[in-house]
Amino acid sequence: MEQNILKLDPKLKLVYVWQQPVRIYHWTNALAILVLCLTGYLIGAPLAIQSGAEASYSYWFGIVRFIHFVAGYVFFFNFIFRIYWGFVGNEYSRWNNYIPLKKKQWKGILEVLKIDIFQLKLGPYETVGHNALASTTYFITFIAFVFQCLTGFGMYAAMSPSWFPKLFAWFVPLVGGDLAARHIHHLLMWVFILFAMIHIYLVFYHDFIERNGVTSSMIGGWKFIEVHDDEKGEVKDER
Amino acid sequence: MTKKRPTVYEELQEKGYSRREFITFCGLMGAWLGLEASGVTQIVKALETKPRLPVIWLHLQECTCCSESFIRSSHPIVGDIVLDKISLDYTETLMAAAGHQAEKSLHDTMKNHKGEYILMVEGSIPTKEDGIYCCIGGKSAYEVLKEAATGAKAIVAWGNCASSGCVQAAEPNPTGATPIHKLVHGKPLINVQGCPPIAEVMAGVVVHILTFGRIPALDSLNRPKAFYSRRVHDTCYRRPNYDAGLFVQTFDDENAKRGYCLYKMGCKGPNTYNSCGVIRWNNGVSFPIQSGHPCIGCSEENFWDNGPFYEHLKSFPGFGIESTADKVGLGLGVATGAAITAHAVATNIRKRKLINKGLKEIEKEKENAKE
Ligand code: HEM
Ligand code: HEM
Ligand code: SF4
Repeated sequence: MEQNILKLDPKLKLVYVWQQPVRIYHWTNALAILVLCLTGYLIGAPLAIQSGAEASYSYWFGIVRFIHFVAGYVFFFNFIFRIYWGFVGNEYSRWNNYIPLKKKQWKGILEVLKIDIFQLKLGPYETVGHNALASTTYFITFIAFVFQCLTGFGMYAAMSPSWFPKLFAWFVPLVGGDLAARHIHHLLMWVFILFAMIHIYLVFYHDFIERNGVTSSMIGGWKFIEVHDDEKGEVKDER
Repeated sequence: MTKKRPTVYEELQEKGYSRREFITFCGLMGAWLGLEASGVTQIVKALETKPRLPVIWLHLQECTCCSESFIRSSHPIVGDIVLDKISLDYTETLMAAAGHQAEKSLHDTMKNHKGEYILMVEGSIPTKEDGIYCCIGGKSAYEVLKEAATGAKAIVAWGNCASSGCVQAAEPNPTGATPIHKLVHGKPLINVQGCPPIAEVMAGVVVHILTFGRIPALDSLNRPKAFYSRRVHDTCYRRPNYDAGLFVQTFDDENAKRGYCLYKMGCKGPNTYNSCGVIRWNNGVSFPIQSGHPCIGCSEENFWDNGPFYEHLKSFPGFGIESTADKVGLGLGVATGAAITAHAVATNIRKRKLINKGLKEIEKEKENAKE
């Protein structure tokens, strides 16, 4: 039988990019955000249940809020862990990749915009870790995470008897009270929804165009990378 | 000048209040302020031994609803204690003096009680066009305030106007209305928030100052903690309906009749710190939520700009009155979906070569093999 098999280029190699902790972080984070968006949306626009029941028979809204707060804690500590890992993880997960301070990173952003977003140039533009535009976007998302935690726990301080959310109470007056904090919190939900749409699409796009196994790299950790002899330094040997 | 001024209790006795009424009042005050039993004794002692507080009460850019609220309090002494007995060496609205006489009384108070008097302000300060929007005796409100604040022991900002600008400061704030705390610095200042504040809260603040000689503990927005540390939502009697997810959907539905939670009608109770659910209004008769109306958040900063009052979410600036974060978000979501689709189509056209690269190579290999 005739099969479409392309023999692997001997210059294609596997690089271990995402260490296990980064992968666990990623999926915990994605799951927590999914739950937080669903329950958060319900908190903002509860379902119209018309019922003649006495309040004492039901507690569904309380449960939705409870799930939101539990997921909020998971989200927060998972994020704290990722911040820590940005200092001790491998070279691809370190903070210097995410914060565009170097000229090279800005050049990279421009290149990615030209090749992948506006498609003015044919590609491919390959990097081992995140590309420059992606890492900058993740950095902005991380900042949004910080504000989501500040507004979330800031509001939670008024409803929780625990000491922990009280650590965030100082933030709410800075934005002008609970109403403003709630509004920012609600808006950021939409930022994450839009981010996730674009993010997931672009992951698929890169896998489709570059065939480097980027989608499964967040599951198994490995990516296919072509070795370019002439561009030294572009692709480094991990192990 | 007064030589030996009578104590508050003496003045109340003169007015015909009995000992029993006096003690009842002190007990109520202690309870509202959240004091221990010994605190009530302190109040009794303070009112028995201290003379009335010298007070200058300024009426600036306001509607006088704070004063109105005051005279509808639950205990007659509450009104008397501020409006008659403790206070009002100068107040534009209620004093008998007018014109030059009034000005003199203001200056006498400022001179004779320098460093002792409490400055109470109702209303905000217009700051645009040199403050011409509110002038008294030929001076702008800001000048009057600055002058009176210099010798004040402490400043009490009554209501949302003085605390955060209220309706005058709402977008686009044509007069540049500004709250007191942004204009006067370096003096102890209390924001007694609300539009208007609850009478008992106002009296409680005055009694606290008189009893303890200092201002009460404040929260981060300078509101007295005793009255503003809990949300309306936390003391709301409709709260069980909220937790059960039983909501009024429209003002005239069955759920409204059953007294369900007003959250979906735009109730701002979950974001508003005040004592309405506990002390209530007009002699404890009711409060907005009990009367079927959602809380509008009148003790919070910028509550006029955080509307609409009958929507859960604030309207989105720049997108019109009806636009909420959800509508804008959904719109952007659809736009993003469209952009993604367009991008995917473009990719398949522009990057055809890349996509077909492997297949072409296989074809070539197959042809090579045939040859
Ligand atoms: C990606 C993360 C999150 C998303 C998308 C999200 C989303 C939302 C949304 C849409 C609301 C409804 C706002 C409204 O009333 O209109 C909400 C409420 C809230 N969220 Fe979050 N949230 C997130 C994280 C957190 C975190 C980390 C906390 C911290 C505990 C938190 C605590 C709260 C609280 C306290 C409320 C108000 C609940 C109430 O009124 O009873 N959220 N959230
Ligand atoms: C089916 C869903 C998802 C898939 C397949 C997926 C896949 C991936 C992949 C392959 C990467 C590495 C990409 C690169 O090298 O640039 C990545 C990174 C990332 N993703 Fe996702 N993702 C998904 C959902 C989400 C969601 C819902 C969020 C949160 C809103 C999210 C947030 C992130 C972040 C913050 C990173 C950077 C991770 C880091 O550097 O630690 N992902 N994702
Ligand atoms: S009516 Fe308002 S304050 Fe009362 S429980 Fe409902 S949302 Fe909370």
